[in-house]
Amino acid sequence: MNRDVIVEYVPLYVEALGRTVHIGLVGILGAILLGLGSSLILYFQVKGFRRLTRAYIELFRNTPLLVQLFFLYFGLPKLGLRITADFCGMLGLALIGGSYMAETFRSGLEAVDRIQFESAKSLGMSPWQTFFYVILPQAVSTSVPGFVANMIFLLKETSVFSAISVMDLMFTAKDLIGMEYKTMEALTLLVVFYLIMLLPVSVLGSLVERRVRYGSYGD
Amino acid sequence: MDLMGIELLFKGQNFLRILGGLWVSVRISLISVAISIGLGLLVGALMTLRRPVVRAITRVYLEIVRIMPQMVLLFIVYFGTTRAFGIHMEAELAAIIVFVFWGTAEMGDLVRSALISIPKHQYESAKALGLSRAQTYRYIILPQTLRRLLPLSINLITRMIKTTSLVMMVGIVEVLKVTQQIIEANRRTSPNAAFGMFAVVFVIYFLVCWPISMLSKKLEKRWSE
Repeated sequence: MNRDVIVEYVPLYVEALGRTVHIGLVGILGAILLGLGSSLILYFQVKGFRRLTRAYIELFRNTPLLVQLFFLYFGLPKLGLRITADFCGMLGLALIGGSYMAETFRSGLEAVDRIQFESAKSLGMSPWQTFFYVILPQAVSTSVPGFVANMIFLLKETSVFSAISVMDLMFTAKDLIGMEYKTMEALTLLVVFYLIMLLPVSVLGSLVERRVRYGSYGD
Repeated sequence: MDLMGIELLFKGQNFLRILGGLWVSVRISLISVAISIGLGLLVGALMTLRRPVVRAITRVYLEIVRIMPQMVLLFIVYFGTTRAFGIHMEAELAAIIVFVFWGTAEMGDLVRSALISIPKHQYESAKALGLSRAQTYRYIILPQTLRRLLPLSINLITRMIKTTSLVMMVGIVEVLKVTQQIIEANRRTSPNAAFGMFAVVFVIYFLVCWPISMLSKKLEKRWSE
């Protein structure tokens, strides 16, 4: 292990980390919106969209991100849709993430007991009030562990972006191993930078999980 | 008519080659799942012990697996061992080692939560009925644990199969790689093959994983009462 080499490599990894986090965050944001929309369609059984949403969820939950990315990145341009690798990463992450988030949010919504609706109604609340003040807060608190697990899963999945030549952490490591043969240094930095990215999420996630668990007490 | 490359599927041995590639992925996942389940039972049982040292070690192990992408682990085992010990490890062996390392943690955690989810009164009632310790486990605890465990372990198989798509990155020729080769070889005659052929891979993965997830979901529902 050579210290000079590590010092020389660090800026490359910092840049790659920035790109990975950027793609990851945009992708996750898309995943949350897509998942929320899908779960609401399933929960309220919106006619016409229900089937389509189910098909989307099953399709993306049961295929690997790598295959989805290959299809989006190499397949779609043949139809005339040319997208950059970075955007393709965000899109892929949003699509696979949306299908996972949808299942998490839906099970959270369904875990709320029917009696809650009836009680809210008997208190004279409107359907909107019921949904926002009674159902949603409870659904959110039961969804949090799944949500955190999905976040970590999605951030880990960013490691396959290098396959479609996004210059992320994995790509940087592979490049350095291939060009300069400094395998140990490149791999060590790879591990360190993934820890920098994921350890805070993991720790923060368990804190939040513990915090919202109070919400489920009392039933 | 432009079939966007679907016609390549019926050209020569292409379809058989793709199935061959699929078998490579499925074989790696099945071997890894089998070993992971065995080791996972052991690790899961270990985790229920109240020894601080065992606890600390398993916690660190679980956290590493939770945080590190499988791809990183794959690179460490495949490229790292070659560099560190100067031995050449077969890519498939490296993949199995990584998937077992990952699967054991997942399985261990499932086993642990299944074991601690059995309420204490089950043990006490068994004792009250005069069952021995071995009998209690054989007739009361294990059947209930297995019911909780089986759907989740089946689920692990699909996750394993999905994750094996990563092995192409260390040079194993599986479905995705075979498809890429076919597309490259026919670049002149079917320039749009990337669309059709990658769509085929998409569908193949879905057809393999979807029935297994459905089975797991069904068992979970039936046994959750």
